[in-house]
Amino acid sequence: MNRIEGRVKVTGLATYAAEYPVEGLVHAFPVQSQIAKGRIRQVDAAQALAMPGVLAVLSSEDPPELAAAASGELALFQSREVAYRGQLVAAVVADTLDNARAAAAAVRVGYDPDDHDVSLRADHPGLYKPDTVNPGLPTDTEKGDVEAGLAAAATVVEVTYATPVLHNNPMEPHAAIACWDDEGRLLVYDTAQGTTWSRDILARVLGLPADRVRVVSRHVGGGFGSKGTPRPQAVLAALAARAVGRPVKAVLTRQQMFDVTGYRTPTIQRLRLGADAEGRLTALEHVAYEQSSTLEEFAEQTATPTRIMYATPALRTAHRLVRLDVATPSWMRAPGEAPGMYALESAMDELAYAAGMDPIELRVVNEPDTEPHSGLPYSSRDLVGCLREGARRFEWERRDPAPGVRRDGEWLVGTGVAASTYPARRRPSRARAVRREDGDYLVQVAAADIGTGARTALTTIAAGALGVDPDQVHVELGDSDLPAAPVAGGSMGTASWGSAVVRACEELKSDGREGVADTTEEIEGDAQFARHAFGAQFAEVRVSSVTGEVRVSRLLGVFAAGHIIDPQLARSQFIGGMTMGMGMALMEETLTDEEFGGFLRRDLAQYHVPACADVRDVEAVWLDERDVELNPMGSKGIGEIGIVGTAAAIGNAVFHATGHRLRELPITPAKILMSRF
Amino acid sequence: MEITLQVNGKARTVDVDPRISLLDLLRERLGLIGAKKGCDHGQCGACTVLLDGRRALSCLALAVAVEGRAVTTVEGLASGDDLHPLQAAFIEHDAFQCGYCTPGQLCSAAGMLDEPGPSAVTEDLRTDPGLTPDEIRERMSGNLCRCGAYVNIVSAISEVAR
Repeated sequence: MNRIEGRVKVTGLATYAAEYPVEGLVHAFPVQSQIAKGRIRQVDAAQALAMPGVLAVLSSEDPPELAAAASGELALFQSREVAYRGQLVAAVVADTLDNARAAAAAVRVGYDPDDHDVSLRADHPGLYKPDTVNPGLPTDTEKGDVEAGLAAAATVVEVTYATPVLHNNPMEPHAAIACWDDEGRLLVYDTAQGTTWSRDILARVLGLPADRVRVVSRHVGGGFGSKGTPRPQAVLAALAARAVGRPVKAVLTRQQMFDVTGYRTPTIQRLRLGADAEGRLTALEHVAYEQSSTLEEFAEQTATPTRIMYATPALRTAHRLVRLDVATPSWMRAPGEAPGMYALESAMDELAYAAGMDPIELRVVNEPDTEPHSGLPYSSRDLVGCLREGARRFEWERRDPAPGVRRDGEWLVGTGVAASTYPARRRPSRARAVRREDGDYLVQVAAADIGTGARTALTTIAAGALGVDPDQVHVELGDSDLPAAPVAGGSMGTASWGSAVVRACEELKSDGREGVADTTEEIEGDAQFARHAFGAQFAEVRVSSVTGEVRVSRLLGVFAAGHIIDPQLARSQFIGGMTMGMGMALMEETLTDEEFGGFLRRDLAQYHVPACADVRDVEAVWLDERDVELNPMGSKGIGEIGIVGTAAAIGNAVFHATGHRLRELPITPAKILMSRF
Repeated sequence: MEITLQVNGKARTVDVDPRISLLDLLRERLGLIGAKKGCDHGQCGACTVLLDGRRALSCLALAVAVEGRAVTTVEGLASGDDLHPLQAAFIEHDAFQCGYCTPGQLCSAAGMLDEPGPSAVTEDLRTDPGLTPDEIRERMSGNLCRCGAYVNIVSAISEVAR
């Protein structure tokens, strides 16, 4: 089925957060800290306030009232302490965007700076063990004796991989329009991946009951995690609107997005693998070093995929975190799995070479019967099927494993493989389904469509549950006044909302008029299983021996992700994730400014994401799985697995092409050329 | 200052701040939200419109500098209820996900169809290469899509270019 909102999106009529026509709207523009650590001495707004159209300047000189519960990145202008360079320290409200921006440049902020520390190191004295890692998983796990396993191994690989700061960079900048009514109720048009949660957090920060706040996000221009929780622009718009008594629009610039909307933490990952003469793992250890800010703890679950991938008698995973004078990292597509599987799947390739085995066969001999760290049975797992099907399509049996020997003129050619995985979870959701007077069906759920095709997928699900034509089903989402629902995140959206929609439709069928559902109890009753999607990615690369440029000439993903609800949407999700994975492998990197703090490369001319010319032959296929332990649809989430494993497959192909193993992403031409000297 | 320009075939006269970009004029003053602001620096292509039929980045054009010229935004591509062939092909090929880059992709593609001559990837500069997938990928690389719909964008444009 084509996307339901396709027509409004191609005609320019789809309304994103910044685009609602609101009467009397004025504009807020932020002022950012120029130091990485210290105290604000004073904010001199006199010159700005005298400029044309300026209505107010907000800052810590006269902190706008927020609830005591407001903390971290959302506690705007409450403290004079600066936590990182780029933090919002003031904002100008003016009649037009041009006036607000010009006046923001005229706000003078004086600082008492302190020495800052923005550098992640594996030997940083401030490293500590967080209580849990995102989203509430154990920080460390240990099973068996890793040292004994390594001592007994025929082959040992000990390697360190590093990944840089990465930025989500959805095409739509974070934006909010806030409107207060005469009774003190707040309406926010926001860029939110979930309006229920967004409403709850905004209400808590502003000290309002949740029923006095409404968040609307009918169309969201991508998020990839960065719109999973409210960002400062929503609080700024609400505070500014309250201060000037008019609706306020706050839209972050692309540069400001780099500073205050989250990013993927850089990681340093140490892995130790031991294998016996047949390639069976005797020990596997994965330790990740990561950063967070001094404002909030965010601990990415980087080593967690290693807990579920391969059979081994000795398995240890650990995470260590250091709080630096940096912005708070957050969710970016497949937090944990994307960087963690890059390191694990690269190390598995190294082990295959060290043991003289084919990398697919190495993975097959280490296929576990149950989830290695928990001992739970898998609800379904078909990694081997994905590897075999990909090998067939990629003609893997014709591959010569020798690295650095295939030449086509200046180009060195190689192929690589890596596994993908992502948890298949669901969260409680509510939904409502009613028969309208015209005979059609209305389905309501506070879901979000951030480009996943949620409207379309939920229409298919509801039509199936009702046994009617999809044309007769109308799905309403993107509004916190609708039945409460979890965020579009963790690849849980369709599974969570879809479960509630099916139950509401079932009740409607028996009731005839209306069905309401809340899946809290149903999900509490779910049996104990390890639930994950799996996949295998295959890459062919061409590496220029002259310039060091890497071109991905072919990328194939084979996935086993339960029942695929909509093949067209699913393919787009898979290849979209793989395309982002290609960016992670070859070009994406935000540099940290060691001298002054904050980030360098804060725009799309310097932070390179894949462009049309970078993406040639990218294809995704899937093996249909029947898994009754998931949800009524039998589906596993597919929004994130596409980015998991891509960077390893490409890195492994670069090794096969060149004979050089590059262990720091991204694999840039400079690193390729330097590896030869 | 007061300027007049043709927007989607209609003369529009507006009193503008000389600092305002064409993009902000369309979005904030004329209620045309189709052209998107993705970076405001000419780096992403989301704001692409047609200026006298040629594709242009509206975030890099001052409104006062395009006085008297004809601007076509994505809202002006369709003829009434009939979608432009590119719009229909984008829907059929699922050539977008979040939709935020889509208006720029469509205007850029519409402009590209009328741009003859070689590009950086053309092998033989003496012959018209035609809009092969390689040529489309090269010529559409000024329009970023973070959802990664490029494969489908190229197939949608190829269908129309054929």
